[in-house]
Amino acid sequence: MTRLGMMLRKNVMSLLEVKDLQVRVEEREILHGLSLTVNPGEVHAIMGPNGSGKSTLSHVIAGKPGYEVTGGQVLFKGEDLLAMAPNERAAKGVFLAFQYPVEIPGVTTWNFLHAALNAQRKARGEDEMSSPAFLKKVREVAKSLSIPQDMLKRGVNVGFSGGEKKRNEILQMALFEPAVCILDEMDSGLDIDALRIAADGVNALRSPERAMVVITHYQRLLNYIVPDVVHVMSKGRVVKSGGKELALELEESGYAQFEDAA
Amino acid sequence: MPAVQETVERVRRIDVDQYRYGFETLIESDKAPKGLSEDTVRFISAKKNEPAWMLEWRLEAFRRWLTMTEPSWARVHYPKIDYQDLYYYSAPKPKKTVNSLDEIDPDILKTYEKLGIPLREVEVLEGVVRPEGERRIAVDAVFDSVSVATTFQKELKAAGVIFMPISEAIREHPELVKKYLGTVVPTTDNYFATLNSAVFSDGSFVYVPPGVRCPMELSTYFRINERNTGQFERTLIIADKGSYVSYLEGCTAPQRDENQLHAAVVELVTHDDAEIKYSTVQNWYPGNSEGKGGIYNFVTKRGDCRGRNSKISWTQVETGSAITWKYPSCILRGDNSSGEFYSIAISNGYQQVDSGTKMIHLGKNTSSRIISKGIAAGKSQNTYRGLVSAHRKATGARNYTACDSLLIGDQCGAHTVPYVEAKNSSATFEHEATTSKISEDVLFYCVQRGLSQEEAVGLVVNGFVKDVLQQLPMEFAVEAQKLISISLEGSVG
Ligand SMILES: Nc1ncnc2c1ncn2[C@@H]1O[C@H](COP(=O)(O)OP(=O)(O)OP(=O)(O)O)[C@@H](O)[C@H]1O
Ligand SMILES: [Mg+2]
Repeated sequence: MTRLGMMLRKNVMSLLEVKDLQVRVEEREILHGLSLTVNPGEVHAIMGPNGSGKSTLSHVIAGKPGYEVTGGQVLFKGEDLLAMAPNERAAKGVFLAFQYPVEIPGVTTWNFLHAALNAQRKARGEDEMSSPAFLKKVREVAKSLSIPQDMLKRGVNVGFSGGEKKRNEILQMALFEPAVCILDEMDSGLDIDALRIAADGVNALRSPERAMVVITHYQRLLNYIVPDVVHVMSKGRVVKSGGKELALELEESGYAQFEDAA
Repeated sequence: MPAVQETVERVRRIDVDQYRYGFETLIESDKAPKGLSEDTVRFISAKKNEPAWMLEWRLEAFRRWLTMTEPSWARVHYPKIDYQDLYYYSAPKPKKTVNSLDEIDPDILKTYEKLGIPLREVEVLEGVVRPEGERRIAVDAVFDSVSVATTFQKELKAAGVIFMPISEAIREHPELVKKYLGTVVPTTDNYFATLNSAVFSDGSFVYVPPGVRCPMELSTYFRINERNTGQFERTLIIADKGSYVSYLEGCTAPQRDENQLHAAVVELVTHDDAEIKYSTVQNWYPGNSEGKGGIYNFVTKRGDCRGRNSKISWTQVETGSAITWKYPSCILRGDNSSGEFYSIAISNGYQQVDSGTKMIHLGKNTSSRIISKGIAAGKSQNTYRGLVSAHRKATGARNYTACDSLLIGDQCGAHTVPYVEAKNSSATFEHEATTSKISEDVLFYCVQRGLSQEEAVGLVVNGFVKDVLQQLPMEFAVEAQKLISISLEGSVG
């Protein structure tokens, strides 16, 4: 990018800016100065071998405890994201679709979603949503994602199949309408039809204000959710960025060529 | 800081002094002199205008008590109780006989208000008539040892149900009281029950005649309101052949420095084909953040399934008290009788809970079910202690026990002590037990969705206890759910 281009860029506030992020887990450095800039309306894909730090990055952005940030910054709409409590980040519009969604026995899915939505609304100073209004909304969203009603009555993710858990993540994303969506391997465990439905759900949420960061191992997902930028991560750094054709290239040649670069 | 660590810190910081129900009502009271002797027993009996046989019964218990020693087998530790340093009787001075709400001490009414006792009870007190078919609750208010108001008497009377303070029942229905009192928990049963037999102040009496389904839930609220006053509640419920009654008991207590002794006795009797459902939400003052103060709760609750096909079901939500020593039990005497015990026991701060049940199978084809959920936080200790036994003649006895413990933090303890005795080979006893820590990943999932750490803990815990909450009558379940969150969050209101 030219110097001028960079200066112009600076004037448009990016939605999410990760600058030279260094992160340790249990005394071991996992991210070694990672940078990433995501602007409103963009879809970024992150690809990279197992253990390269993709989930770690998503966890740090969402505020999962247990990670020590030893250097760098994460800005969300120009604000210091790392200084905020995780639920505050959620209320501001940071959403993480987990690679491994947890089960919460005894808590029905819609009670959970209702409580979460209202907690977010309260934090933003908005009115809480009444039960009937919420039910109407959640039903609509569930229907658009082909999620059966009775799934909403079951304990959160309890006894859900792998694919159902992933769909439940997309459901929440659609319900909360976040500003930044990080999708950590949403395609793993989904069959072909479910993948298409989930991808349609994600695409429906694409908007000029919203940005997505899609973490995946498979180029196939990117046929459905077409990214603006593709990043290759290796050993805790972004080693290459490019357009959607980069994903195809990776499919051909694998990650070996980047191992040395890292 | 990892999420769990953070939760632990927060829970540790909880100032239990913020105890929501910590206040006292200033009501003139007349007390028995401090200490316990035959004279104290006589004073109490005289105060209650009791017949001679009742006094004799009390004195016998008292003499027995003098020969007994305080039990020490439970996993609870507390300084020695000086039984001579307590008051054994106090009563709000009745201004006049109470016939209507207007005549009830406004201070007492205010107390109920502060306790957040919902409007429906106030309505009940005010005699507001609800539309036909709506479930109603009769409140027999026990306020500091003396029943102040009894409502819905008429409707209950029409159904033939007797629901009144036990002190009145002793005078008005001596034949029933004589026939049943002490037959489930004998005066010789245990140290605390024997003490109760000598000095019990008041409590509820319920008799449901044959074939009657009690037309409403019966509920009682208890409070301790006098410094150094032991509360010795005595409740007796009899369900005659083919009858049914659901009884709710809930209590909170004001804050104080010194420990308070509470030794209640509850006796239930079911005859052929009868059923009693007894639900409790217990929220006595648990002590301050250093573990000082708080109620010592030594309770003997026992039900006797005397008749064939009879059933007794205990549901309890235990959140309060510094010490809880409580084992609601069932004697399954009648053939085909069944007993249930559903329990949620939450301990936080320095609370010590030793609670569980005994299912004594005596009759043929008797069955029992135990679902216990223990939640320990702070520096508390939470023990489930249960006995399931099948007598030689109890062929076909069945029991299912599931004990789950949830730990919040690493300074608390959960313990499971199951005793099983099967004296005949046809008994089938199943026991399952789990202990888990509140999961960091689950908490993070919740906060990522916008819930605060406290809300997340409340949600996860309420999910954990759901099976038991479902056993409570609706209105109680809602209150209990709130209480569970409060007792873990320390947030006030
Ligand atoms: N809590 C932890 N303790 C120790 N090591 C950890 C911890 N969390 C992550 N790591 C290590 O950090 C590295 C990056 O893990 P991460 O889960 O971020 O990889 P990933 O790129 O998401 O991999 P995958 O494609 O398999 O999901 C791995 O070597 C992993 O073992
Ligand atoms: Mg990963």
